[in-house]
Amino acid sequence: MDELLRPTQHGLYCPAGDFFVDPSRPVHRAVVSHAHSDHARWGCRRYLAAKPSEQLLRLRMNADATFDFLGYGDKVTVGEVKISFHPAGHILGSSQIRIEHRGRVAVVTGDYKLGDDPTCETWEPVECDLLITESTFGLPVYRWEPSATTFAAINQWWRDSQEAGKCCVLYGYAVGKSQHLLAGLDPSIGPIFTHGAVEKANDAYRRSGVALPKTTHVGSVDGKPNWKGAMVVAVPSAHGTPWMRKFGRVSTAMASGWMAIRGNRRRRSVDRGFVLSDHVDWGSLLKAVELCDPETVWVTHGSAAVVARYLNEQGRDAKVLEGQLRREGDEDESVRGEVET
Amino acid sequence: MIRFANLYGELDSTTKTNEKVSAMVNYFANAEPDDAAWATYFLSGSKLRRLVTTKLLRKWAAEEAGIPDWLFDESYQSVGDLAETISLVVPPGEVCDDAPLARWVTERMQPLGKMDEPDQRRAVIEIWRHSTPAMRLVTMKLITGAFRIGVSKRLLTRAIASHSGIPTEVVAHRLMGEWEPTAEFFQRVIDDSVDATLPSQPYPFCLAHPLDPEEGPASLGKVDQYLVEWKWDGIRGQVIRREDSTYIWSRGEELMENRWPEIESAAAQLPNGVVLDGEILAATAGGEVLPFAQLQRRIGRKKVGKKLLAEVPVVFHAFDLLERDGCDMRDQPLADRRVQLEKIVQQVNHPHLRTTELINQSSWDDFAETRATSREHRAEGLMLKRKDAAYDVGRVRGTWWKWKIDPFTIDAVLIYAQKGHGRRASLFSDYTFALWQDGALVPFAKAYSGLTDAEIRKVDRFIRQNTNDSFGPVRSVTPELVMEVAFEGLQRSSRHKSGVATRFPRIVRWRHDKQPNDANSLADLMEMMPD
Repeated sequence: MDELLRPTQHGLYCPAGDFFVDPSRPVHRAVVSHAHSDHARWGCRRYLAAKPSEQLLRLRMNADATFDFLGYGDKVTVGEVKISFHPAGHILGSSQIRIEHRGRVAVVTGDYKLGDDPTCETWEPVECDLLITESTFGLPVYRWEPSATTFAAINQWWRDSQEAGKCCVLYGYAVGKSQHLLAGLDPSIGPIFTHGAVEKANDAYRRSGVALPKTTHVGSVDGKPNWKGAMVVAVPSAHGTPWMRKFGRVSTAMASGWMAIRGNRRRRSVDRGFVLSDHVDWGSLLKAVELCDPETVWVTHGSAAVVARYLNEQGRDAKVLEGQLRREGDEDESVRGEVET
Repeated sequence: MIRFANLYGELDSTTKTNEKVSAMVNYFANAEPDDAAWATYFLSGSKLRRLVTTKLLRKWAAEEAGIPDWLFDESYQSVGDLAETISLVVPPGEVCDDAPLARWVTERMQPLGKMDEPDQRRAVIEIWRHSTPAMRLVTMKLITGAFRIGVSKRLLTRAIASHSGIPTEVVAHRLMGEWEPTAEFFQRVIDDSVDATLPSQPYPFCLAHPLDPEEGPASLGKVDQYLVEWKWDGIRGQVIRREDSTYIWSRGEELMENRWPEIESAAAQLPNGVVLDGEILAATAGGEVLPFAQLQRRIGRKKVGKKLLAEVPVVFHAFDLLERDGCDMRDQPLADRRVQLEKIVQQVNHPHLRTTELINQSSWDDFAETRATSREHRAEGLMLKRKDAAYDVGRVRGTWWKWKIDPFTIDAVLIYAQKGHGRRASLFSDYTFALWQDGALVPFAKAYSGLTDAEIRKVDRFIRQNTNDSFGPVRSVTPELVMEVAFEGLQRSSRHKSGVATRFPRIVRWRHDKQPNDANSLADLMEMMPD
């Protein structure tokens, strides 16, 4: 399979199609799984991505770049290979990238999750010979509850804080996580406000036809509204900044897969930590591998060595995707929620 | 049990003392006395003895989760807490047994200790299947003896006082010493109609506040308002003589039986109804205080042999009188207590019981000079106590001050790192430091406190990017970071590669201005060695 995709310093390269998948540096041609900045790098000359990610990509990318968009399941020939995009369930427009060359199929999952999320299309298995999977939460300690359970807890926290006369501030990454959260909030409890970065992404979601509850950008509010009982959805970096002062007494919470671990909850110094992730947990990662049934698995991002070793013991040919060591430096960033979780 | 698990969760997730107290008050308000007794027992830091070995728990948890042992270990490495790893890795239980805490402890946990391995395994797996992850975390912490929670005894006391309406000092006193967590006990604690103390029961210790070494004592007022004595590095103890029996308590509220026969023989000469506060020190017959390392040889020995008794004799240096003729003296001014203390000790006239030496100087400047000679006296600095003050419960600001000498400091190079635990789990935050010797770096101390969270994250990133080798959980890193390490004492040690052991090493600051070559040498450290 090495001739189909090759790990390089700048990311996965496909020689037969002369393009990079989710490159880490500007390249001439990038095939992009989704609009998060660690996958869709600014500065490439030409991008190919799934049609539903158009609004989000245009929001973040250089205007002079050339974009090609492809509907889920549609195929396009690039050089000697056929490329198609398949839902990954991570955020709006997120895709697994299927690359076919002379009857051999490779699938790059990008970031993905198996759970239900009304803000994006649900992940579906794609049979392949080579699967390149992420492993952000690739340890058996990560086991997500059904999202209905988590949202029931979040809405209960909102009601309790409202009763205590506090304003809720819920932190999630601006693109994807925030909209996932908004879709699960119960708007009958109170008004919902958003941080500017969140509202920008909301617009892109709404333009793409995703239904979200009514939100008001905090910056557009005139006068002094009563923040008691309100919900503010904000980016994690807003925590502890002067921007927060206007809300008066607050109860803060962080929504992330990392919140499954007590140490991470405590380090964040928020009042509550809700376990809600847009990545696969241990069980669904294994399920995905089983359903795609690849001959070979390359594992990247996160607990790659652990997942590869486990899959090998289970009789699958698995290895750690080389050239990804540099990503390890990101680990603590993601613990702090600065990158999408 | 769900309520206790929730209480643990609430206490664990907040750093605000008011929220902690109100969570506890809320728990006690709705708890049966036997549950409240067990909650008090655990929250005050008492432990069940370890009922199941962690080795077996790890094995069974891996089996129950259907994962190989190495994968369990990887998970544990990442989480940094065994009970938590078990609670997360084992699949969720199908039912939840919400029996009260007391029943969980006495019927499901304590019996584990007497079972053989197959029964133990069955019972533990049943616990997992009958609990939520939150309950599992707490039960696993309890049965491994690792239950710790950020609640001081003072906060617990405040919560029980607020729940029951009994004054805080009375609750504090009733919670002292060793007691059995029974419904009767808890009812006695919150009963305002009886005097509920036992003959063996110690008083809560009065603790000193550290004096800012930069500021010094200038703002404390006049010199003659204070009694000044050496701050010794020994074992704080309370000697109780009541009803012809002697009880010696440590500051950790452990009854030290048969450990200090010399002091017991001296205490037997005390009249009944006397309680002394003081410091246990190893000292020669001539009165010269021996280093803490010598005293350490006697700590932890349940029975003391003749040889050790001769080599390391101990003396109780009394500095306060808490009870006389069975009357609580704590409300009287220190100066008066001291006069009576001296009288009593003089009457006993025993070589292993003496009063602390009072140091007289006419100004704080003179005391500063005295303090500078602390190390020569094997003391850690000076104690300053207000003459007119009552004996307080706990660490009350303004009555007792400890004016410690500056610690030793040395610039050392970080060479190994390991992931931390608890709040620092998954971050490389435990470091080993080294000093130069013949062109090589020799490890000499481990330290894991002193840096800010932001600095720890920076060091963590450095370690991930500069790892040269790893031995199990330990990473060997490129020797680049220089830090100033402080420590209290220094002793020769054959167990350490460097030949020295440091006491309480911690990081003072990250020396960004220094290169590894600028770090100190082992010879520099040796020069600091006393004698």
